[in-house]
Amino acid sequence: MSTAATHFRQTDPYKLGHGHGGGYSHRYATGHGEGGPASKRVVVGYGFWIFLLSDIIMFSAFFAAYAVLSREFAGGPTGRELFDLRGTALQTAVLLASSFTCGMATLAVEQRNQKWTQIALLITGLLGATFLLLEVREFTELVERGAGPTRSAFLSSFFALVGCHGIHVTVGLLWLGTMMAQFLAKGFRENIRHRYLCFSLFWHTLDIIWVALFSLVYLVGSLQ
Amino acid sequence: MSTDLSNNTEGLDLAPGDEPTGHRLRSDIGTYLLGLVLAAALTAASFWAAHTPLIYGPSVPIAISVLAVAQMGIHLVFFLHITTAPDNTNNVLALGFGLLIVCIVVLGSLWIMTHLGENVHSVPDVMRMQR
Repeated sequence: MSTAATHFRQTDPYKLGHGHGGGYSHRYATGHGEGGPASKRVVVGYGFWIFLLSDIIMFSAFFAAYAVLSREFAGGPTGRELFDLRGTALQTAVLLASSFTCGMATLAVEQRNQKWTQIALLITGLLGATFLLLEVREFTELVERGAGPTRSAFLSSFFALVGCHGIHVTVGLLWLGTMMAQFLAKGFRENIRHRYLCFSLFWHTLDIIWVALFSLVYLVGSLQ
Repeated sequence: MSTDLSNNTEGLDLAPGDEPTGHRLRSDIGTYLLGLVLAAALTAASFWAAHTPLIYGPSVPIAISVLAVAQMGIHLVFFLHITTAPDNTNNVLALGFGLLIVCIVVLGSLWIMTHLGENVHSVPDVMRMQR
């Protein structure tokens, strides 16, 4: 750094009011008091991250209920008898792939590439819909076999937990469709890109929750 | 000076809020691919761990949990870009606090309910005693 920069640091160490990127050595270290106020994109991401964490905490309550009730079979079927791990593996693969294509869409948005944004988001949506379809099929099969949510406390907590994740995926799909339409109609405007940032964080977080789900509910459940 | 500043950004990871600078598409795709491969490998490992005779039976749930935590870490770093970059400090702190609450809720529920289960007799037990 030049002497001018050093001098600047001494006279105004916290770069107050100089905006994002006003500092020198800690140009990107907003939040340390040296880079000035964070950019809107950082603030939007942070705010939505707080929401996602509160959503994860809500899921943790469902997980806690399932963990407490996971052995209360009431004479009914156990996880070992009910869970088809091939279906779970397929669901896991589909959701992981959709998380990856969502990342590809993020890169396409950064490149302002409409065609690849739409293609990547469409694949993401189709994979998400496949995941939902597999889940609905699993649920109907369970209910048909007499293992519905009313059968035992274990199944009640199972349907509540997995169903809650399924509802989130459904909402995510609606949001995904909205984002595709907005990119088409409004282009890569800043506020639309901020919305997309929130959507991508949401979609990736759903995959994180599914990791906990398939591990602790399906894999561990299939042992009991 | 301006070239110095633009070079500064090359080594930094992107926070969830950062605009990328310059065109680094190829390396970005590589990062997502690496995340995908690692996540897929950990998934495969958990499905393998669930049904292998090689791991001592009672410790299988622990093994699956460890693999799950590792995979969530991979997702956080490679897909959500939660890193140790300066701009990410707030995100990491929030994540830490969220994890604390999650642990309190899950482990606390299990702890309390296990003790409750040991100390309180179930309804059929009580009915038997009343006879």
